[in-house]
This record gives sequence, C-alpha cells and structure tokens, in this order.
Amino acid sequence: MLRPTLLVAALAAAFPAVADADLDALRAELKEMKSSYEARIQSLEKRLQQAEAQPAATPAPADTAPATVAPAPQPETASNHFNPDISLILQGQYANLDDIEHRHITGFFPAGHDHVAERGFSLEHTELVMSASIDPYFSGYMNLALLDAEVSIEEAWFQTTGLGNGLTLRGGRFLSGLGYQNTQHPHAWDFADNNLMYRALFGEAYGNDGLQLKWVAPTELFMEFGAEAGRGANFPGTDRNKNGAGSTVLFGHLGGDVGVSHSWRAGVSYLQTRASDRDSEIDDLNDVAAETLFSGSSKAWIADFVWKWAPEGNATEQNFKFATEYFSRKEDGDLLCVDNTADGGACTDATDRYKATQSGFYAQGVYQFMPRWRTGYRYDRLDSGSVDFGLNNAFLPVTDYAPTRHSLMLDYSPSEFSRFRLQYSQDKSMESVSENQWFVQYIHSLGSHGAHSF
Amino acid sequence: MKQFFAAVLLWLPLSVHAALNVFACEPEWGALAREIGGDDVKVYNATTAMQDPHRIEARPSLIAQTRRAGLLVCTGADLEVGWLPLLLRESGNAAVQPGRPGYFEAARHVPMLDKPARVDRSQGDVHAAGNPHIQTDPRNLARVGAALAQRLSEVDPAHAAAYQARWKDFSSRWETAITRWQQQAAPLKGMPVAVQHKSFSYLINWLGLREVATLEPKPGVEPSLGYLAEVAARLKTSPAKMVLRAAYQSPRASEWLAERADIPAVALPFTVGGAPGTDDLFGLFDVTLAELLKGAK
Repeated sequence: MLRPTLLVAALAAAFPAVADADLDALRAELKEMKSSYEARIQSLEKRLQQAEAQPAATPAPADTAPATVAPAPQPETASNHFNPDISLILQGQYANLDDIEHRHITGFFPAGHDHVAERGFSLEHTELVMSASIDPYFSGYMNLALLDAEVSIEEAWFQTTGLGNGLTLRGGRFLSGLGYQNTQHPHAWDFADNNLMYRALFGEAYGNDGLQLKWVAPTELFMEFGAEAGRGANFPGTDRNKNGAGSTVLFGHLGGDVGVSHSWRAGVSYLQTRASDRDSEIDDLNDVAAETLFSGSSKAWIADFVWKWAPEGNATEQNFKFATEYFSRKEDGDLLCVDNTADGGACTDATDRYKATQSGFYAQGVYQFMPRWRTGYRYDRLDSGSVDFGLNNAFLPVTDYAPTRHSLMLDYSPSEFSRFRLQYSQDKSMESVSENQWFVQYIHSLGSHGAHSF
Repeated sequence: MKQFFAAVLLWLPLSVHAALNVFACEPEWGALAREIGGDDVKVYNATTAMQDPHRIEARPSLIAQTRRAGLLVCTGADLEVGWLPLLLRESGNAAVQPGRPGYFEAARHVPMLDKPARVDRSQGDVHAAGNPHIQTDPRNLARVGAALAQRLSEVDPAHAAAYQARWKDFSSRWETAITRWQQQAAPLKGMPVAVQHKSFSYLINWLGLREVATLEPKPGVEPSLGYLAEVAARLKTSPAKMVLRAAYQSPRASEWLAERADIPAVALPFTVGGAPGTDDLFGLFDVTLAELLKGAK
C-alpha cells in the first residue's frame, strides 16, 4: 500500500530544493489518487458482498442452478502456465571419516563415477531441476548437478504424453528404469550415502543417452515393462565410438496394494553392455597401484522389492518402508594389466581372458515413528564371487572377502521441503579396515519440488 | 515371457468394459460420479476419508488405475500436486492428461476461498489457487455436479441422456436436502469455532459460523505444544464453542486444546466414509450437521 504522507515526506527530505508549489501539486495529485482508489475499493467490496450473499440467500432451483451458480471455469492448476516448474536442491554434510588414501570396495573394480564423501564439512551436489509440458504431445525434464567448476547433466529428456494405450517413449539422457533406487537422485535417498551395491555396479546410478519405451498394462495389478537402448558410455560400459546401441536394458515391475495399509512393488531388470579399454586402477599383489584395461561384455541381473506400510494408508503420522535389491553381474573379456614394474609393481603388460561373476545386495528399513522423525537401518553385503584373471592371476589379487556395512540413521524433517539427518555406519567394504563413519547432512528443496515416486 | 505378453495382449479386449472407468482422487468425487453415472460408470476411489489428500504416495496400484481410467475427477487447486502429476506421467494414458476431456478438476467450477495474498513457502503449505477443501459446502457439490454431468456426457456420449437424467434427479433431491440442512443449522449461525487445519472454510462460510482460531500455526505445519498454549490463551478472550478436525487428522492437538478450553472436540467426517453413516453424500452432511449440533449443545 502506498503511504502518501510518508512518500511525500521522503520526497521532501530527499529533494529539499523542491519548491512548496511543487509539493502542493504533488500532494493534491496523491490525494486525488487516494480518493479515487478508495472509491474503487469500496465499489469492489460492495460487489463482493453482493456476490457472497447471493448464492447463500437463495439456493437456485435445481435445473437452473448450473446456469446461475456456476462461475466461469478457472484455469486448471496441474501445470504452471507457461513457466517450467523449477526447483533447487541444496545439500551439504559434515562427515567424520578415517584418513584413507584409496577408497575402494575390495574385490570390485572401482566404478567410474564414484563420488566419495570428503572429510569434514563439504557441499554436496546442488541440483537444479526444471520440468514442463512442451506441447500437448511431449513433456520435458532436466536435472543439473552443480559442484565447483563442474556442471553435469544428470538428466535431460523429453517424454511423450499423447501416445496412449499405456505407452510412453522417452528420449535423451535419463536414469535407467532398472532396479528400484536407480531413478532416485541422491536427495531422495533414505541414507546419507549410496548403498554398496549401486556403488559397485554403477558408481552412483546407471544413466544413459538413448531411448526408453515403457508400457503399463491395463490391469488392476500394476504391470510395467520397459526396454532401453542407449549409448552405454557409463560404467560398466565405455564409450565405443560406434553406430547402433551400446547398451540395452530390459525391466519389468509388478505392484499393488494389500488391504488399505500395505503396498508393494517388485521387479526384475537386465542390463547388457560392452566395454572397450575400460580403465580401472586397483592394487596388485605387490600392493602397488596398477592400471587395468578391460574389453568385453558386462551383463547384470537385478531383482528389487519394496514394501510400504502406513496405518489406514495415512502416512502422515507413522509409516514404514522396506526396500531390498539384489544383483548378479557377469563380465567376460580381456584384461590388460599395464606394466608397473618401474614402481615396484607386479604387472608386465600381459593381456589375458578375464571372467568374473559377482553379486551383492542391500536391505533397508525406514520407520517414521512420529510426525517429522524417521529412523532407518541398512545392511550392505557384496560377494566378490568367482574372479579369474587368467595369466594375470600371477599379478593381481583374487579375494573371497565379502564387503559389508551396517548403517543407522535418524532424520528430522521440519516440513516436506527440509530435512536434517544423522547417520552412523560401520563400514567394512575394504578388507582389514573397519571404519566408523559419522554423517550430519541437510537436504533442502526450494521452489516447486515435484512429486517423489513410490 | 513371450507367452506371458501374448496372454496379456489377448486378454486386452476383455478389459475394455462397457462401463466408463472413473478415477476419483477423493471419495466425495467418487460418490458424486456414482450418483450421476449410476451403472454406466465404474468408480475407483484413489483415497479414503482416513487419508490426508495432500500426502498420498504415487503407489503402483494408483498408476495401474490411472492407466485404466476414462475420466479422472480430482479437486485440483494444487491439492494433489504431490502425487497426481506422477500418476499422469507414469500411466501412459493420453485420455486423462490435463487439457483433455478425461481430466476434470472440481475446483475450477466453484468460487474459491482463502486465496493467499502472498504465496511463499514460509507461509506453510499454501495453495495459490485458494483453499482446496471445497466439498464441505454442499452448494459446491451442486456446482461441481452440474459440470461433471456435462463432462460425463462429453466423455461418454452414448450415455449422455442417462447422465443428464440422473443429474436432474440428484440435483432436485440435493437442493431439497440443502434447504433442510440450512433449517437444521439455523441455531449454529454465528457460532465461534476453532479448527485444526483450514479444512472447513467452506462449511463455515455456508453455515455462517465464525472461525476464531486455527490450531496449525501455518497451513500443513503441525502445532507445537507452545503454540497450542498460545491458542488456548487466545480462546480465553475470544472463546470458541468447539474444536473441529477432519476424520483423518490426529486427535492429539484438538483434544489437548479442547480439554484446556473445556469445549468439545468434534471430529467431522470431512468426506464420504469419514464416519459411520456417511456412505453417500447425503449421509456426509446429515452426520456433519448432527455432529455440529451435538457439539453446540
């Protein structure tokens, strides 16, 4: 609201040179404005009162009701007019960790995009998300992960909305629909760090540039089937400069409710890709870092199961969520261990067949015991499985160590847009290291934050 | 796998019912669709009266039902913003996307109350379009019903005459009932009430009650004990006759306050199925008024 007197006073103070005559003119003008506005407000108020009184006093007879009572339809609110929905996710943490030089998971090749937490205070990726309908036929989505001097396009895709018959086609860069956690960005995780299974499989999650076709069956039982073909440039594959598809993914999910309080989803997924000179650094038998190059096929099966409970289906007060996933991966091809004898290493540039079958799982439960407060426990276990380096068995370690980790978390969400989390983990993902890890984390989201999936 | 696909595909024609599948986001719209649609529609209620419509998970079962729907009937006004967009995106059902005849928003057809002057998350869970709990005023149901009958006729023209006939019949019974309820509610006029969440603005406006306090400091924000004590102190100077809450809300806050202020805590059904005897829309308002009158004694 304008405060004419204040404004005039301020103006007078600011421009002492202004003549009295000018001031008087200004005053008169403002007074006129004020009275004209007051008159308009009064007339609006009167009209509002009339409008409110009308339907209340005389409920219109039945058949004329729609004509007299129904107001002009207001715009639908599902979209945000022409502006994309924009949200920004702020994440940061304090981590209390041991000083370990080469963090890795014993028995597994480090996956390319492995984001290891820093000791002490640190900022995690800041996510910028935009989404909107493109036209009546397509919608679009983008997710950028920002870190110092680094912007990565996590997702940028379009999706059809008009195909119908349960079909949707997605194109661009997207997180694959395989498994359960894969489509979740870090801010939606229930724990401060990634589970060991996804760290071993993909680093963070399996993203791809390509196409996804998905079909939902017209049944009461939820049935969803999807197929993806993509570039396959990310771990466990590599960019191979070729036409055609570098990786294929198939997945199927079933889901439903049991009574009003329980719901579930289960699925099976398959990923097939190839690598060419995939570069990984591991410690050789002399405990010296060795560079290995793998060329061959990588195939993984993933099974996932999620079960949720909320009394009467009302998750506001209390709810419980259980999620578990299992994987089995077979890699078959040639491995070159680059000569590192100069550094005292064991490798001698030998190339031979590499064959490995490895597996692992995680299981986690998260319980909201009262509004705003949740606690959760997660168990990780990987199985190094059978690994055969061929000739390189003489230079590279083969282990039967099973990496495990226990994690316990407590989080507090003042609203659905802010969350603080405390987590303790006992990490035995590296042989002969038992590390106690503490995390304090915040996750805040600004703007029109989209809905989270099941 | 192949046999399974084939089986599903062969089975497809069977699932194309003669009846129109209506997906109702909230039970009141399911009940309204049933009144107008009769046997020509098959209604699926996505939520129950015991669930908070702001906070629903986009469960697989809901995606499957969205996929099957020929018409979606939802409140709109951002009430379902946390889950409906996901159902629409995942379902692959083109017929019910916003802008299509199969997408119906009830809030578009009624005058909205509580439109915020300022839309900012610091104000809590505010809805820019206004208060979305429009079903607590029966006159709004008449407005929405008229539009819904129209929409059903558009989506399923084969049964248009039946929809219009049922709407006409329902509408005349409804108007009679509204007159009856208004007569019953005459003693409630001007009665001061406290509410837990701004769930009843339309009811309060219809019956001419006076809302003197809200237990939530900001919409959707749970009250702390300190804030409740503040509200209790305020009620000393401007007393309320009762504290209202919806069936799905936890009774803790309103009962704590009711005890302090020595007034009854009244749980209103809020929507169809929220209390015994509220199996249809008539029952919903019969019980609502009975509870209010009981509390006012």
